[in-house]
Amino acid sequence: MDQTPINLLEIKDLKKTFSLSGGLFSRRLTLTALENINFNIRQGETLGIVGESGCGKSTLGRCILQLLSPDEGQVLWLGQDLTRLPAEEMRQRRADLQIIFQDPLASLNPRMTVGEIIADPLRTLRPEMNKEERRARVLKIMEAVGLLPEMINRYPHEFSGGQAQRIGIARALITEPKLIVCDEPVSALDVSIQAQILNLLAELKDEFGLTLIFISHNLSVVRHVSDRILVLYLGRIVELATGDEIYDDPKHPYTRALLTAVPIPDPKLARQRNIDALKGEIPSPINPPSGCTFRTRCRFAKPFCAETRPPLEMIENGRLVACHRWREIDVPDEAVLGE
Amino acid sequence: MKEVLKVEDMSVTFELHQSEVHAVRDMNFSLAEGETLAVVGESGSGKSQAFLAIMGLLAKNGRAGGRAMMGDINLIGMEPRRLDLHRGKDIAMIFQDPMTSLNPTLKVRTQLAEVLVKHRGFDKQKATMAAVEMLERVGIPEPVKRANAYPHELSGGMRQRVMIAMALLCQPKILIADEPTTALDVTVQAQMLDLFKTLTEDFGTSLVLITHDLGVVAGVADRMMVMYGGRAVEKGGVDDLFYDPRHPYTLGLLHSTPHIAHRTARLDPIQGLPPSLEHLPRGCSFNPRCAFAFDRCLAERPPLTETGNGREKACFYEGPMAYGKVA
Repeated sequence: MDQTPINLLEIKDLKKTFSLSGGLFSRRLTLTALENINFNIRQGETLGIVGESGCGKSTLGRCILQLLSPDEGQVLWLGQDLTRLPAEEMRQRRADLQIIFQDPLASLNPRMTVGEIIADPLRTLRPEMNKEERRARVLKIMEAVGLLPEMINRYPHEFSGGQAQRIGIARALITEPKLIVCDEPVSALDVSIQAQILNLLAELKDEFGLTLIFISHNLSVVRHVSDRILVLYLGRIVELATGDEIYDDPKHPYTRALLTAVPIPDPKLARQRNIDALKGEIPSPINPPSGCTFRTRCRFAKPFCAETRPPLEMIENGRLVACHRWREIDVPDEAVLGE
Repeated sequence: MKEVLKVEDMSVTFELHQSEVHAVRDMNFSLAEGETLAVVGESGSGKSQAFLAIMGLLAKNGRAGGRAMMGDINLIGMEPRRLDLHRGKDIAMIFQDPMTSLNPTLKVRTQLAEVLVKHRGFDKQKATMAAVEMLERVGIPEPVKRANAYPHELSGGMRQRVMIAMALLCQPKILIADEPTTALDVTVQAQMLDLFKTLTEDFGTSLVLITHDLGVVAGVADRMMVMYGGRAVEKGGVDDLFYDPRHPYTLGLLHSTPHIAHRTARLDPIQGLPPSLEHLPRGCSFNPRCAFAFDRCLAERPPLTETGNGREKACFYEGPMAYGKVA
């Protein structure tokens, strides 16, 4: 029987702004980090979030976890709005929603032993557990992430980046979460270690039935781990589709450009490839372009793209895309280039 | 092809409290005019230290041995004042984080012009004009405006372009780029790699690209040298090493790199951790992580030997390497 997947999270009309001081005599400036964010996360999937620096991908992860409070919109966890949850209830809910950070060493308290770091969430979330129970649980999780039992009394500085990331993963897993936000979890690691951690995350996901949000600027890594991929540009969703759809048939010009810019570890392919290099850089989110925010770098932009903002449309298979011209440019690249 | 740099038996050693660490040993390679050589390895492989040594930029407790010949001058062990005649002019280096290499208190044009005044005896006005021109050549829009900016007013990609412009002002024969695109977004990275190609093709600059990213290597390099535990373990043409790697470490790196075009269920990573340079394993440094290691690898260190077609490898294993199936 075909079962409709359960939506673990529903993000509705999420908006987050930051207020910046514009200097002594200027008025305060508002930076819109996220706007009009609407999507669901299905139970058991890995959702990749990609985009360039400053696109809001980390802010989105933190808004979902309520580490940042969104200005508007809802974050529905199995129907319950986390943005309106009283602090004490949210604290309890945190057992279900955990996070892994990019810089593994910086995210571990240098004065605590590995055992204390991993057990720490239990002190607040499972105060009823005694010391022995906690220790047993810590050892079990350490084994699951590939840390040796004798490491329990060591300090973070004694570990390499890859091992430190395993400690961070163990700390996230100890509360038996349902969802883990992985914020650039392998970006600071060496290539061989990066592959070990990616495989570990995949194994743990199967073993513990996790749902993952995987935030990264590295499209190859995201493609490797994700079921669906969300592409952000200047704080707005430009496209959401499965990994295969995004790769084989990207609809948004930004997704296309991003894909062709990804370095391929294959010299012959790399030489053949026609890089559709985006001109320029991301505009400032303080003063984004009118209409479609991508139009300033888009080779398909027409004058009307500056007038209205393209809505986030649902197209076939539940894919989302926000582009005025996606239908017209939805043809092989050669034909488009010949226009 | 004309050879612009020949490195022979180079080594780098660091004095610690009670011991010595050999960061680079027995390094030999040559670099041809207009060629791009990628130096690939993980942290601690010695890839950066080798080139800092050539530039005379080692930390105080570091010592370099051997030769790095640029024509008939040996850069290794040259006193700083003499080295300054060549650094910037004949050989230049750029780093991952441009902010650490740019002076935050000086305008971009001041920093760029200084190079020309010092090395080429330009007067200030002429130097500033040449600086602005170079900014334009490396693809900086509104170069006059950017020249008058301070480094913190520019984006990461712009700063890296300023660094490259600075490195190119004297048209060096050799440009060493240490992880130049690691901190940049993919779209900006693609622009930079394109710029590197133009440089080697149009200016005839020889480029050394130090990186851990095999995707970057595949797009721009002609030859590559893979380093592990302070030594080169495999050298050869880029296509040869990618399609027919002969050293298990090279193979392992390739299998660890996710490829956007084909999604696989699991990557096939190298087990274990890179070695500490203070406690290198006996025999081949890679043997504890190698799926193909046998008795000899534990007892003896394999020398770097030629295997034909300009290729070299440091490995005793001669059999087929189907990764993940042998181990």
